[in-house]
Amino acid sequence: MKQFDPGESASIISVTDQVRPIAVGMPVTSVHFLGEHAAFVGAEESVAMVDAEGEVSRVSVHGGGILCAVSDGKRIVMGGDDGKLVALDAGGEVALLAADPKRRWIDNVALHPDGAVAWSAGKTAFVRGGKSEEKSFEVPSTVGGLAFAPKGMRLAIAHYNGVTLWFPNMAATAEVLEWAGSHLGVTFSPDNKFLVTAMHEPALHGWRLADTRHMRMTGYPGRVRSMSWSAGGRWLATSGADTVIMWPFASKDGPMGKEPAMLAPLQARVSVVACHPKQDILAAGYSDGTILMVRLTDGAEILVRKNGTAPVAALAWNAKGTLLAFADEGGDAGLLAL
Amino acid sequence: MPDLTSQKTPVQKIPVTVLTGYLGAGKTTLLNRILSENHGKKYAVIVNEFGEIGIDNDLIIGADEEVFEMNNGCVCCTVRGDLVRILDGLMKRKGKFDAIIVETTGLADPAPVAQTFFVDEDVQKHARLDAVVTVADAKWLSARLKDAPEAKNQIAFADVIVLNKTDLVSKAELAEVEARIRAINPYAKLHRTERCQVALSDVLERGAFDLDRILELEPEFLDAGDDHDHDHDHHHHGHDHDHAHSHGLKHYHDEDMQSLSLRSDKPLDATKFMPWLQELVASEGQKILRSKGILAFSDDDDRYVFQGVHMMLEGDHQRAWKDGEARESRLVFIGRELPEQIIRDGFERCITT
Repeated sequence: MKQFDPGESASIISVTDQVRPIAVGMPVTSVHFLGEHAAFVGAEESVAMVDAEGEVSRVSVHGGGILCAVSDGKRIVMGGDDGKLVALDAGGEVALLAADPKRRWIDNVALHPDGAVAWSAGKTAFVRGGKSEEKSFEVPSTVGGLAFAPKGMRLAIAHYNGVTLWFPNMAATAEVLEWAGSHLGVTFSPDNKFLVTAMHEPALHGWRLADTRHMRMTGYPGRVRSMSWSAGGRWLATSGADTVIMWPFASKDGPMGKEPAMLAPLQARVSVVACHPKQDILAAGYSDGTILMVRLTDGAEILVRKNGTAPVAALAWNAKGTLLAFADEGGDAGLLAL
Repeated sequence: MPDLTSQKTPVQKIPVTVLTGYLGAGKTTLLNRILSENHGKKYAVIVNEFGEIGIDNDLIIGADEEVFEMNNGCVCCTVRGDLVRILDGLMKRKGKFDAIIVETTGLADPAPVAQTFFVDEDVQKHARLDAVVTVADAKWLSARLKDAPEAKNQIAFADVIVLNKTDLVSKAELAEVEARIRAINPYAKLHRTERCQVALSDVLERGAFDLDRILELEPEFLDAGDDHDHDHDHHHHGHDHDHAHSHGLKHYHDEDMQSLSLRSDKPLDATKFMPWLQELVASEGQKILRSKGILAFSDDDDRYVFQGVHMMLEGDHQRAWKDGEARESRLVFIGRELPEQIIRDGFERCITT
């Protein structure tokens, strides 16, 4: 990776005084917007719903650790170490979607635009659609990640040595994309042309779906735990380095043979990234608590939160892109209205 | 390969005990004790068979023993993929437990589970390998050491050995099995038990990984002070050769597994030692199952401790040398076909003159 000149960072614009601090009061692992509420998902047991006035109300969702959470803006679906899959809606209503009979951990969850939900326990992935009944599929090793394709009913199941593409509504055999190693996260590009996994080792792996050509994306000092597609899917922003690593996906070859762009370098590891839903802006959280907003076109930075706290654990924009919510691992959170 | 010199002692890492032992040795008995006795501590326990533990507890987690190869060009570098995931999930409940116990199946090689604590950055951040505890069956271990390579690996890897079911063997048989264990691993702390009645503090949260023991002991004198009878006239069959030492203890050499101990009263040159050790485990790591040491470097007032599994090492400044404490370096290696002379010569070159 090339060197970056941090010479301009001294005169950075700050909006730290415009942030509304929120005392969530528990360790947070992710944040999502449900209507007007920012919903901070705790590491255990509950979700803190914060309204536009900053009022916090806690909703109990699990009897233990919350292992995974995903949202489509209407509800958050979460899996826990209590073996339960639950949904929380904007009104604060909790619904039990499934319970594992052996109380196995629900490790991964994914939501389809049409409302179907997928989850996994051990080696088994489950899908339940709005219309269709529950179906399951077993892969050779523990499921590391789940993602629905943006079009059609197709589920990517990441596991050891590759990804299985499963069509729950078709009798066709599942397609397997092989690559040695343990795949722990998975995402489709918004145009449905590429599939990218975050591996156990510090690297991403990608496939062009038309011809399953491989894309190796390496060079990270640490494991990639956060990936976010920029508006229109032109870039995939990732954590894992001391700059935001941006892989170009605008051309038909994706990042093949290209260098990534590197934005917002700091003396700390990027822990979370969240791209703005409409504009070429992203928010990046760091291991020292710093949060920056970064313009993708020229790398201009705005300081949202100063360093000196626990690592940033959660970042999210509301659907309109007018609100940014964040929290660190210790539960110090904030809301920024733009 | 982690940078040995730059690692700093982290705050509040959760200690992890790896519990191994061949089928039927008594692991489940020990686990049930740990889970049921009133010791004021809470343990998260990762088990391979849910059913064996007759206790309902939401901190008992079933594992799949998935062994993954790492894509780092290191052939013996395997980790427990399921463990990486489970530890990640458990960290969400930090504060709800004091320590973690990982039970392996009776046929498991302890290397992947131990290596998980060396290779994964996130695991390392939150947890540290406290000790490998091996439960062995006094009646059947000698036979298993001959026919089950897994049983031998489990003994070789151990920091603590619970030699169980001693009530089922004679004194002579007990001396025999202990000598067999010592031939493979002279450095582990050994406890003789019936029904795994060992003080839990002797197996859990051992802190310094029982490292100090390697400073205390000469392998030749390991049995000194033990209260069993030494049977000089016992006759042995098989390929092992035994010979009586001047102090009359039975001593075996295991043809398959050896241990090697190095020591120096003169300080080591860190700029020579670190590259040498890293090079050694990189080239001979497949043969070296375990390595550990306490080191005195020149111009360094701190004790440096390290431990390794195959090609992986981790080390840290442990504490300052105490006044009057002999600043002595001591290393041990346990493995197969150890190139003893090469290791000895290499070590000699790291000693300051």
